[in-house]
Amino acid sequence: MSRINSAAELEDRRQKILSKRDGEKPAIAICGGTSCLALGNDRIISAFEDEIAGQSLENRIHVRVTGCLGFCQKGPIVVIYPEEICYTEVKPEDVPDIVSQTVVSKKVIDRLLFTDPDSGQRATHFNEIPFYRKQQRNLFGDNSKLDPKSIDDFLALGGYSALSKSLFELTSEQVLDEIKKADLRGRGGGGFPAGLKWETARNAPGDEKYVIVNAHEGEPGAFMDRALFTGNPHIVLEGLIIGAYAVGSHQGYIYTHHDTPQLRENINIALTQAEEYGLLGENILGSGFSFAVEVHLDIGIFVSGESSALMMAIDGKTPEPRPKYIRTSVSGIRGKPTNLNNVETWANVPRIISKGSEWYTSIGTERSKGTKLISLSGNIVNTGVMEVPLGTTLRTIVYDIGGGIPNGKKLKAVHFGGPMGGSIPESLLDTPLDFDELAHLGAPMGAGGMLVIDEDMSMVELTRYFLDFLANESCGKCVPCREGIRQMLKIVTSINQGKGREGDIELLEELSEVLAGASLCALGRTAPGPFLSTIRSFRDEYEFLIKDGDSVYRSSLKNEEVPAERAKTIE
Amino acid sequence: MSEIILRIDGKEVKASTEMTVLAAARSVGINIPTLCHHEKLEPYGGCRICTVEVETGGRTSLVAACLYPVQPDLVVRTRSENVDKIRKMLLELLLAHAPDSLELEQLAREYGADKNRFEKESSFCILCGLCVRYCAEIKKANVVGFVESGTRREISFIPERAARECWKCKECFPLCPTVALQAAYFLTEALAFPSPSPESESER
Ligand SMILES: Cc1cc2nc3c(=O)[nH]c(=O)nc-3n(C[C@H](O)[C@H](O)[C@H](O)COP(=O)(O)O)c2cc1C
Ligand code: SF4
Ligand code: FES
Repeated sequence: MSRINSAAELEDRRQKILSKRDGEKPAIAICGGTSCLALGNDRIISAFEDEIAGQSLENRIHVRVTGCLGFCQKGPIVVIYPEEICYTEVKPEDVPDIVSQTVVSKKVIDRLLFTDPDSGQRATHFNEIPFYRKQQRNLFGDNSKLDPKSIDDFLALGGYSALSKSLFELTSEQVLDEIKKADLRGRGGGGFPAGLKWETARNAPGDEKYVIVNAHEGEPGAFMDRALFTGNPHIVLEGLIIGAYAVGSHQGYIYTHHDTPQLRENINIALTQAEEYGLLGENILGSGFSFAVEVHLDIGIFVSGESSALMMAIDGKTPEPRPKYIRTSVSGIRGKPTNLNNVETWANVPRIISKGSEWYTSIGTERSKGTKLISLSGNIVNTGVMEVPLGTTLRTIVYDIGGGIPNGKKLKAVHFGGPMGGSIPESLLDTPLDFDELAHLGAPMGAGGMLVIDEDMSMVELTRYFLDFLANESCGKCVPCREGIRQMLKIVTSINQGKGREGDIELLEELSEVLAGASLCALGRTAPGPFLSTIRSFRDEYEFLIKDGDSVYRSSLKNEEVPAERAKTIE
Repeated sequence: MSEIILRIDGKEVKASTEMTVLAAARSVGINIPTLCHHEKLEPYGGCRICTVEVETGGRTSLVAACLYPVQPDLVVRTRSENVDKIRKMLLELLLAHAPDSLELEQLAREYGADKNRFEKESSFCILCGLCVRYCAEIKKANVVGFVESGTRREISFIPERAARECWKCKECFPLCPTVALQAAYFLTEALAFPSPSPESESER
């Protein structure tokens, strides 16, 4: 395909793509997310291909393999367009029926529909399934409508019109202003206002500036960045290019894990296609603005996702955090102003530019605007990735979307923010999903991994699990973090094994203060989080184990595992 | 490079803008303890024993003096209840590794640190990185480096390079605040050259 050289040509190209597409032509979208892949959807994909070829329907039915559709618990998911009929837990044997009955004869196959376990009702369409009903999928919604390897699919959905609007209708300052007015806050963990960060980099002296997508996603239990980026790479890329324009950067980086082959492939294809179309590289869309992107693969550990460590890695230096007394927005890669944002933060940008900050700020709470991707794991009926308006209560997430706690167990707590986060007890479940409210409760939202904990799980064991994780996944450079975590882990482990002593809790509290006060980077400073939040809400569990733990330990050896680990199997 | 004035422990101190709080304090004879700092090396910020309290714009925070840049009107407190508590605990954590280090013992006396607070650890290296950084920055030899992460972090000599470089240098030995470096070196040497007698080395 040839290069596009102006805003008008972009619209022409879009019309051309749309005119070739018949909205009424049936399309089969098969979830190709990692979780469905693990459930064997490659067999379903080939079954569809065989069946369609066998019935010589190639020209009449479009098949696309999409990114993750979120409802991983009930995968593999297949959606039939244009009716948007959603089938769950599809098996290769179901494929002939789907093609001949649903696609050709327009009949719904009842047995493949999702049945609400509570009401017994069948759901035909996406939005009738309780898991989707209370979501607002501003970012994630397009996943079922596009093949991540096709830029034309993205253009057909209006893609890159926000970029064209930014370059031709707005000054870079106006773009920045719109993001500031939208009050977009960083999705990578800190919730820092993106507009302010952009502005700092924009105003910092120097012509050479960088922008980066943080796609490291090291938080255990978090897999929404990968789901979004793999499923819709162009939405992130478009946001990055717009950000580069606002900041005044001509070189960007995508920082991601080496062991995410599907994501890497989709990113590389997206970059090549965007370049071919003139949406990336020299003189984008004929606007005079140039911007290139390089992918940086890291082989790193959890701390490699921290901003200064990540920039050291891109710089080819030892990937360890450095003190940020001078902000990276002013001095980052090669000492130049560098703006880093998370995958999801970037993905919000095109939406804000297209629909305006007023639309954006109408969603969410007073100080937390827009939607948030959450990956739900642990003791919950529906594990998966979802997107809800900020302000949704945790109760809605757990019970309405998550489907509640399996096996008739009672909910004990929900945990946010992984090893740097904290737990919120059941009694506070009506708390809204909001950066400040959660932080105030000692359970900062982090990247959006939400671990649901039932009555059987020990909070002491949970704390031990996170400390153990950090003992391996911190860098070990500074003393409070390295030695503090070593000692905290030893003490919590011994409490957990029924060998705790009087004074252990106080010693843990003292160590927490030193970690929080003296550590070099945010990992060490927030590593006491899981302990501090559980000692606040579940102190009795620690005290009980210290007093009577020996017998408890022996009987509990069987439920050692923490279900957050499911996340690690996802890509 | 302009001059500014800040306050350290109540005293007005003149400093130039590229100085750290540590340098400014030392220039007027105010002592801040350090373990991983070395005049000839890039600031590192690993040991955190130089933690001090600073006040800017009405906000108090804890920072590493060896790295924190001076600013006009900065108020620094090199000792406070909080600072002393942190230093005491950091020393106790390190003494679990290197109970016989003279440098640590001296600081322990000053801050009332108990060398038996934590169980003894098997490795006596405190990972200050002086040897690693000296070898990299001054000698440009990169014979010794860090391996592994988190609590498993260690220093390690690359035997092939050690065999070529170390016999003529050994300048990192006196930098070590413990006896760990020598031990690691001997270990590598022993691995690389199975036979040299340890005595001849220790008589060096
Ligand atoms: C130990 C540690 C790990 C982090 N890992 C990630 C990560 O995997 N992904 C991410 O986006 N941000 C991560 N962050 C946050 C980044 O440092 C940075 O704040 C973020 O990428 C900025 O983007 P945002 O403002 O859009 O959130 C991590 C921070 C720390 C301290
Ligand atoms: S706080 Fe932990 S992760 Fe951060 S620099 Fe120190 S040792 Fe490394
Ligand atoms: S001397 Fe400042 S951190 Fe070690």
